[in-house]
Amino acid sequence: MTQQVATPAIDVHGLEKRFNGKTVVQDLTLQVPHGRIYGFLGPNGSGKTTTIRMLCGLLTPDAGTGTCLGLDIVKEAARIKRQVGYMTQRFSLYEDLSIRENLEFVGRVYGMDDLKRRVGHALERLDLVSRQHQLAGQLSGGWKQRLALASCLLHEPRLLLLDEPTAGVDPMARREFWDEIHRLAAEGLTVLVSTHYMDEAERCHAIAYIAYGRLMAKGTVDEVIGRSGLVTWTVIGSGLDRIARALAEDSRVVTVAAFGTTLHVSGTDRDALAAALAPLRADPSLRLEPGEATLEDVFILLMRQSRAELRAA
Amino acid sequence: MGRFSVSRWFAVLIKEFVQMRRDRLTFGMMIGIPVIQLALFGFAINSDPKALPTAVRAADSSVYARSLVSALGNSGYFRIVREAASEAEVERLLQAGEVQFALTIPAGFARDILRGQRPAILVEADATDPAATSNALAALQVVARTAFDRDLTGPALALRAHPDPVELRVHRRYNPEGISQYNVVPGLMGVILTMTMVMMTALAVTRERERGTMEALLAMPVRPGEVMLGKIVPYIFVGYVQVVLILLAAHHVFGVPMVGSLLLLSLMLILFMAANLAVGFTFSTIAKNQLQAMQMSFFFFLPSILLSGFMFPFRGMPDWAQAIGEVLPLTHFLRIVRGIMLKGSGWTEIEREVWALAAFLIAATVVALKRYRQTLD
Repeated sequence: MTQQVATPAIDVHGLEKRFNGKTVVQDLTLQVPHGRIYGFLGPNGSGKTTTIRMLCGLLTPDAGTGTCLGLDIVKEAARIKRQVGYMTQRFSLYEDLSIRENLEFVGRVYGMDDLKRRVGHALERLDLVSRQHQLAGQLSGGWKQRLALASCLLHEPRLLLLDEPTAGVDPMARREFWDEIHRLAAEGLTVLVSTHYMDEAERCHAIAYIAYGRLMAKGTVDEVIGRSGLVTWTVIGSGLDRIARALAEDSRVVTVAAFGTTLHVSGTDRDALAAALAPLRADPSLRLEPGEATLEDVFILLMRQSRAELRAA
Repeated sequence: MGRFSVSRWFAVLIKEFVQMRRDRLTFGMMIGIPVIQLALFGFAINSDPKALPTAVRAADSSVYARSLVSALGNSGYFRIVREAASEAEVERLLQAGEVQFALTIPAGFARDILRGQRPAILVEADATDPAATSNALAALQVVARTAFDRDLTGPALALRAHPDPVELRVHRRYNPEGISQYNVVPGLMGVILTMTMVMMTALAVTRERERGTMEALLAMPVRPGEVMLGKIVPYIFVGYVQVVLILLAAHHVFGVPMVGSLLLLSLMLILFMAANLAVGFTFSTIAKNQLQAMQMSFFFFLPSILLSGFMFPFRGMPDWAQAIGEVLPLTHFLRIVRGIMLKGSGWTEIEREVWALAAFLIAATVVALKRYRQTLD
């Protein structure tokens, strides 16, 4: 156990992956300690799925080294597979098998003993005992997701890799799913989860933000927001749509987001942002209040920065 | 809305063309299949096979015997490939399918001709495929009548007037009545197995990829060989059900004989099915979706049915078509199944075909396993 604590569950350095000459992941270094929930964020096509696939041996990195659960990700991919549960972005169980048959198949592939009891236990935990003979293809999105989670937990992995597990799932099911993830982490399981939802990011112990294949920020949510240096003001009043459009053109403003009757304006330079907002102060119908930068603001800033760097390169 | 709109129609039309162009394989197939069909039907297929391999056992070396042999060759239908020394060798050559015909010229042939005693020459034909031999046998009558015209001069000239200076005895071996079902029904077993085995495996693996279950399967600790065998064996069972159906029909409905060993045939069936399944598995590693897998299976099926000797006599085809045919597993299986069922062939007669099938199986398996990726790279 002491050795486990010493080496992180995931410890990779300088990972790189190219497809047909196009670099999808570049110089990615990541450490995830045991028993933590690590959020993996970034825009579509930023290399999240590719990174996860490299971690579980589905893709071979073009450069870089690292270990997963202390095992080399290139040389010991087969051993990693036995201890990792990977939940794919797309539902990847057999739609023409029943719930029970799917779980039994997975159990047999992992060569598990006492299959009947384990499957029965998983079904109970999922509350699917009464529907165990239903075909997996007939399940709704939320239930499919629960089944997929159960099937990658069946072999009692030490690391869980979840690729956008809650896409297309209703808020209630999402909430329950995250409660379950926290329960598992409390039992000592390490979880790496990619997501687009900011509320989910906030439920992670730590997050990493990746854009265009490069890691842009990592740390706890507060650390990431704090380090961004974003200053935010909230504008309250009427005619905000027109103001928002004008501010979006302003180079001193990083993000402008309209929320019903309020406007969320952020910038990296306190004085420059104040100058940009100065004309609004004169308008009696508007009220300005200091606000707090959100994770979303930070991500938009990071995305702009990476895009600018990419163009400069 | 109810009226036909040219612009809406045009929108669908353009979309179809763009999609057609994007799917290279389908596009290639649509152009490639007519080209292949033209080549096969236009050049390869010939229902009037000539230059059929013939063995001669001559117990008489007279000028008459030589004339007969050369007249055979000149007819275009026979190509003398062997001089057989004994009746046993003739039997072996026919059984192994090395020759289509065997001609036996008796001792005292010249003497009997000159005496006007009409000596009998024995022509044994491998009639498992009646279509391959019928024209040649018809030509034989003419050969026998005219072969000695130049030799019968002087006092023997009178013998020419006789309808035939020799008596022709034709034995249609293995299928004396020339029933084409004897040839077609066992062959059909190979054709049906080729179609189902290749297509089923090609689809089975491609389906995993198309539905996205492949990624999960790859993330699990299951080895390529395990996946391949696991996918192939159920279809071998299906194949056996088909075989039983065909064999029952062959026996009870078509009256096809079963001269050889059923056990040997069963073993050969495993080999043949495995070869086809390996082809299907290879296709599935190349095809991106089930449609492409279907097309590839069809692409394999077409030459299999046309160039294997199932539909048209193998020996009627030009050399290049025979060369392609020799590569296909169905060609060898047809020889095996016809050999076992109709000729009662044993291991020694079919050995060559078995090795050819085994070589194909090994090559296809190597390609399939090499192409099957354990990663998504």
